[in-house]
Amino acid sequence: MRRKLTPYLLALPGWAWLALFFIVPIAGMVSLSLTSGNIITGFHQTFNIGNYTEALNLYSEQLFRSLFYGLSATLIAIAIGYPAAYWIAFKAGKHKSTYLLLLLLPFFVSFVLRTISWKFTLSDQGIVLGTLKNIGLLPTDFAVLNTAPAVVLGLAYNFLPFMVLPIYAVLERMDHRVVEAAHDLYASRLQAFLRVVLPISLPGVFAGGLMTFIPTTADYVNATVLGGPETTMIGSIIQTQYLVNNDYPIAAAITFVLMAVLLIGIFSYARALGTERVMEVQAK
Amino acid sequence: MGDPVTATTEAPATPTAGPKTEAVPAISLSGVTKTFHSGRETITAVGHLDLDIEAGEFFSLLGPSGCGKTTTMRMIAGFEEPTTGVVRLDGDDVTDVAPNHRDVNMVFQSYALFPHLSVAENVAFGLKRKKVKAAEIKRRIDEMLELVELGGHGKRKPSQLSGGQRQRVALARALVNQPRALLLDEPLAALDLKLRQAMQIELKRIQRDIGITFVYVTHDQGEALTMSDRIAVMNGGYVEQLGTPAEIYEHPATRFVAGFIGTSNLLTGTAANPTSDGAEVRLDCGQHVLIGQRLTEGERADLTVRPEKITISTDAPDAGLSRVRGTVTDTVYLGSSTHYTVRLDDGTEIVVYQQNARDLSATDVTTGRGSEVWLSWRPSHSYLLSDSPQGGPHRA
Repeated sequence: MRRKLTPYLLALPGWAWLALFFIVPIAGMVSLSLTSGNIITGFHQTFNIGNYTEALNLYSEQLFRSLFYGLSATLIAIAIGYPAAYWIAFKAGKHKSTYLLLLLLPFFVSFVLRTISWKFTLSDQGIVLGTLKNIGLLPTDFAVLNTAPAVVLGLAYNFLPFMVLPIYAVLERMDHRVVEAAHDLYASRLQAFLRVVLPISLPGVFAGGLMTFIPTTADYVNATVLGGPETTMIGSIIQTQYLVNNDYPIAAAITFVLMAVLLIGIFSYARALGTERVMEVQAK
Repeated sequence: MGDPVTATTEAPATPTAGPKTEAVPAISLSGVTKTFHSGRETITAVGHLDLDIEAGEFFSLLGPSGCGKTTTMRMIAGFEEPTTGVVRLDGDDVTDVAPNHRDVNMVFQSYALFPHLSVAENVAFGLKRKKVKAAEIKRRIDEMLELVELGGHGKRKPSQLSGGQRQRVALARALVNQPRALLLDEPLAALDLKLRQAMQIELKRIQRDIGITFVYVTHDQGEALTMSDRIAVMNGGYVEQLGTPAEIYEHPATRFVAGFIGTSNLLTGTAANPTSDGAEVRLDCGQHVLIGQRLTEGERADLTVRPEKITISTDAPDAGLSRVRGTVTDTVYLGSSTHYTVRLDDGTEIVVYQQNARDLSATDVTTGRGSEVWLSWRPSHSYLLSDSPQGGPHRA
């Protein structure tokens, strides 16, 4: 009897944690998103669906912008992160952990601080742009800061390890002999990569994509620090509504709209990549 | 030549299965060496290799781990480039040709199946790269899956197959390309004993059916003896002996081969009374045995006798035989045979396998533990052993 109960008992702290810090707050937020009123008179449950229509009507531009930025940052992270993960897994030999550490080292510094340091790096007269302008390679009115590329690059930079590590993990445990098998079966290096290595590493790309896309889409630090009025992301709106305007129902409604859009995005993404199939292979 | 093997064994030029013509060998290695660098150290994986493998032959590279057999195979496949020497396939120099342009295919030790592809897609992989027409690919996959008895499994994933089935997919994936030679790297090592024995017969059948040259790497002497037309026994990067399974078993050329293949008794002594067709060898324990090979007076000689060639008896054997006296220290009754361990005066132990032609249930006190017995064998069953070839490590 006790033996049967043991796994459940062991899982209990986890369940309690989830219930306390996930299910209860989510339920509270759902309830909050359907209330009316203001901070002074208090919020009353009125099942006010209007909060959702208002959220969609007023902030769809920021929502789509966030999705676009998140997607762009994810694609850039794949473009930079995949080759890095590949190189460390296949070519770094016994120095793998050194390179992984180097990759992670900047991330021991606080997220906000890192982003602010990017602000200095990218500022109009900073070490990069200032130098290029001084030697005449860039026009003097050229700016990166406060533009969409600054925000997207900041996002890609800040979440790069979340892309590299899952891809690295898959490539690292891959049986490298399958690459030899591909060569043995007349595949060129490119074909061996496209037909064997890449498909086998797709679960890593999928996981990395999720772990980059979700937080980048919901991020507000990069847009606030590196962006301008034209690059406001949905995260900033939620933050402003909640902490500045104290309009909790709207903030909660926007949060759920974002959550719904992300979930739809994730499921269609899984469909497109055929990840159920890929996952099954990994599970064996 | 420089072949370290020819010094010890004059292996017949053609194996039983090879064609008797002056055909170009399917695979030919000449003067091949391979050294690796590990830090400041230089490791010699293959010391010096001259090897001709005939078309249609089942050829095994047999040896302990680190003997250079796998490196040799990888040089044939193109995964390793020889440090010196030339690799030829059907007479064409392919030393610098990349593996994807070499007309040989490999069955990997861990199979290395593509986990994301179905069985049929795995088998089709090589044909697709060669741009074979879709209808032709389908026909050949079906045919090949039938041959390896996996018909109807085409849609499964490797993860849904048993070890033996994966093994056969790996075989089909390589064979479907109709390579000039099939290279097999310890393909049965991961299977359990029963499956391994079944697959040995299976592999041999397939090889006979399709007539492709097989190069088989193994550390399992039983496997090599069962399947091969010829075997190269490797040790320390050199070939110790090259020959048919029977030659290698019956006439081991070096101490290493005698010790590595089967069980053998090693005796050491000094040659005496040489004649035109043999000599006596005075053992270190004082007794002497006869040998059917020429020796010069006073020469040191190491010789070997296989346990099943020895007869155990209580009566003195004929004078024309090699005969020694000793004490039985151990007997193991195995039903069809009995294994005896007999100790000579100086402590040398000799193992004897005796077929149980008589009913031993009632008697056999005479050859029980502690009894004094005679061991005898024909002079031609004593085999002189030589040192390992130049450069090869010597086994104590």
